[in-house]
Order: sequence, then C-alpha cells, then structure tokens
Amino acid sequence: MRATFVASEVGNGLRRNLTMTLAVIITVAVSLGLFGASLLVRAQVSTMKDFWYDKVEVSIFLCSKGSDTPSCAGGAVTAAQRDQIKSDLESLRPLVQEIYYESKAEAYERFKEQFRDSPIVDNVTEKALPESFRVKLADPTQYDVVASAFEGRPGIEQVNDQRKVLDKFFQILGGLQLIALLIAILMLIVTVLLIVNTMRVAAFSRRRETSIMRLVGASNFYIQLPFLLEAALAAALGAILAIGALALMKTVIVDGLLAPSFQFTAFVGWDAVLAIAPVMLITGIGLAGLAAFFTLRKYLRV
Amino acid sequence: MILFDHVTKVYPSQQRPALDDVSLEIEKGEFVFLVGPSGSGKSTMLRLVLREERPTKGQVWVLGKDLNRLSNWKIPTLRRQIGTVFQDFRLLPNKTVAENVAFALEVIGKPKSHINKVVPEVLEVVGLEGKEGRRPDELSGGEQQRVAIARAFVNRPMILIADEPTGNLDPATSVGIMKLLDRINRLGTTVVMSTHDSQIVDQMRRRVIELEGGHVVRDQSRGVYGYAQ
Repeated sequence: MRATFVASEVGNGLRRNLTMTLAVIITVAVSLGLFGASLLVRAQVSTMKDFWYDKVEVSIFLCSKGSDTPSCAGGAVTAAQRDQIKSDLESLRPLVQEIYYESKAEAYERFKEQFRDSPIVDNVTEKALPESFRVKLADPTQYDVVASAFEGRPGIEQVNDQRKVLDKFFQILGGLQLIALLIAILMLIVTVLLIVNTMRVAAFSRRRETSIMRLVGASNFYIQLPFLLEAALAAALGAILAIGALALMKTVIVDGLLAPSFQFTAFVGWDAVLAIAPVMLITGIGLAGLAAFFTLRKYLRV
Repeated sequence: MILFDHVTKVYPSQQRPALDDVSLEIEKGEFVFLVGPSGSGKSTMLRLVLREERPTKGQVWVLGKDLNRLSNWKIPTLRRQIGTVFQDFRLLPNKTVAENVAFALEVIGKPKSHINKVVPEVLEVVGLEGKEGRRPDELSGGEQQRVAIARAFVNRPMILIADEPTGNLDPATSVGIMKLLDRINRLGTTVVMSTHDSQIVDQMRRRVIELEGGHVVRDQSRGVYGYAQ
C-alpha cells in the first residue's frame, strides 16, 4: 500500500471531476442539514415534554351551586363526596403522585394573581370559581385512568387534563419534524443517486487507468480505494458544512430568536447538537461509501 | 506453463463456440505464434489465460493453477506473473514514458526505491533510454509499443502475452519489436503472440498454432504462417 500514490490519485480524481464533486458536497450538505434539523426538532420536542410534563396536572373541578352539568344535578358538592373523591384519588397511588386540594378561596386568590392587571377581576366573585383537586401523575400519559374513574361522577363537574393543550402543540412540532425528516430522506435518496452517477462517470472517465491496473494485477481494493475515498471525502465535506449549518441554526434561531421570546419553556442545549453531529457525519460517509462501493462493484469488475 | 484441457468457450450471446474442445500445452520458455483469421478464437484463448473469461467446458491451467478453481481475489496475483501487450498500446497519455512504466508497479504497491531502480533498467532493455520524460504522443508507434512492452516486462513475468503487437506498425518497425520480444523470450519469459503478420512468422521459425473456427487446425514447432490445407 502506497499512501502517497493513493492520495495523489484521490486528489487528481476530485480535481478532474470537480463539478460533480461540488454537486455531491452540496447535496450531502443540504440533505444532512435537513436530517440534522429534524433530529434537532425531535430533541426540542422531547426537551419540552420533559419540561412540561413535569409541570402539568390533572384538574378535577367539583360542582358549585350553579353548575349545569348532569353530574352536578344534586347541587354543590357535599363534604362526603369530596372526602370520597379524595380517598379514591389516594387509592390510585403510585400513579397519582401528588394530590392538592384547592378551595374556592384559594382559586380566587390565584385568579386574582393571574389576572392582576385585568378589569375582569372585578367581575368575578369567589363564589363563581369552582373548588378542585389538582392531581399530579407519575406518568402523565396515563391520564385516561384518572379521567375514566372520575368523569361524570356526582359532585364532579369536569376532569381537565392540561396535557391535552400541550399535545396539540407537540403534534404541530411533531408534524414539522416528520416533514423535515421526509424531505431529508428524499434528499438523501437524491444524494445516493447522485453519488452512484458520479462514481459511474468517474469510473468511466478513468477506465483506461483502471483497465491497465487490472491487467498488471492491481487488487480490487487498490483499484477501488481512490474512488471510495473520493466519495467519502466529498460526503465528509458536505457533512461538515451541514454540521456548521446546524450549529448556526442553534445559535441564531434557537438561542438568538426563540429563547429570549419564549422564556417560559426550555430549549435544546448544545449537548443535543453534539449528539446529532456524529450521527450526521456517520450517515453521510456511510451512505456515500456504500453507494460508491456497490456502484464500483458493478463497474470495476475484475 | 499453460495447459488447455478440452476447453470449450461459448459466449452468452452466441451459438457457435469461440473455442471448441481445444487441448494444447505450452512449455516454459517457448515462443508461440497464434495465427488464424479474425474470429478464429485467438483472442479468446489469450483472455482465458488471463482469466478475463472462464471456459464453458474444460480446464485452463496457468503456472500450475487450475483457473476454474482460482478464487477472484487471487486473480491479481496471477496477472502479476503475466505481462500483456496489445495492438493499441494502451498507454496513459498524460503520463511520461517512465511514469507509464512506474504506474504498473505503483498500483501493485511496490516501494518507491524499487521503482526508481527497475524502471530505468527496463527502459534500457527495450531501448528507450533518454526518452524517459517524453509523453506517448511525442513518440512513434514503435516507440509507444516499446513502452508498453517495458510496462509488461518490468515485473519480470513468467509469461508475456502479446495480442497482435505489430498490428499497427509498419514492417520495419515490426522487425524491431520482434527482436525485442525474442530477447525477452531468451531472458526466460514464455511468449505467446497472436498475429496476422505472415512475414514475421515465416522469419522467426518458432512454434505456430493455427486456429480456425475455434479448432486447432495446425500445431507445428518451427512453423510458417501459410494455412494448413
């Protein structure tokens, strides 16, 4: 094995096929960039889920005097009903992690605090606000267990899951991520096809060299190595561009734009970017290497 | 050295066999002409020796190996012991004479020091000293063929295969090439050469194998070109 000879072959090959090489670098960069972005969105969704699911709770609103839900036909919740609900909630441990009772007075205090600057406070009395149990679940996805146990029971006006509101948001993000991933996969297919064609052109334009190499007894490995290295090198350059673009996305869009405007939530950190970067690099080099390998096997036969 | 044992070769797209039950043996150190009209099977024989094709039936033995049982990854090792020369020279136009010869050694991983030593030696053997830095398009046809022979011989192969090496050359130049091949043969390399050039065959008086329609119709030691009746 002569490293300098192989290196000079690779350099020559890339220079002679410059336009195709550039095309490969750019498509690899774009497709891997999208791929990385979709992975970043996924990391963002899971960061937000961790952040929010920790805070969401199930609210069980109890009947007040004027409630018109069928389960409230008996009028306001009685002390016995309230105690029963509480003990039933206790029996659901460990799924139920925390139970917190909020009286009308506390609800009013919180309402006043939340709408401090709004005239609406003046129109609401303590009586109009329902008392409730705030329940924190060990696993927020198990909400249905609580809902089915309590919804429609006498004395309970409504069971409310805050997670449902968030889920809408997560669905939108998930949809965006899926679209990005689909485009990324399409682009990766385009990239593979382009690499296959590039290798074909490269093998064809150097058929003189390769046929002589075969005749004088060069091994398959030696004949194919420069081509494989060219493909891998172009893919690695594209991947590095894509990783740069991803870091830029994280700096400009996430840290610069989103984080200051939406301070109530958490955003992905650099650890996510660091985890995604090698995935992108390996995907790029791996795909290019495989595409090149199978093309060459067909076009550079012994 | 080379043994054909009831070899038949049928190409996939053709009905008529290119070689039909051919058996012959070529000994170490021989100089053999393969003659016969186009399509008689000369090139097929050479391609079988190089293991560029596999026989449909029968066995080809080269350098003591049954090529049917030679695994793919060992083919390069076989070809390193066989030099090849063609009618169309097959040189790399963007490399100099010395680089063209060195290329054959570089691609089989020979060290630079070895290459620097043997390339000038072989260029002297073929009579190209002083033209190391020329490019193929600056050379005459005969000189280009000498470069190709140098490249085929630089590894000191056991066998040299020449497929119509004088086909593109004028008679005077051809004589020079034949003298060179004869010299290489005297250095111990078995030479198998296909040709249409009757003058050369008649002058050399070496073994002649004549093919026609895939059959061996004549196998004469010290033969001449003329067709068997």
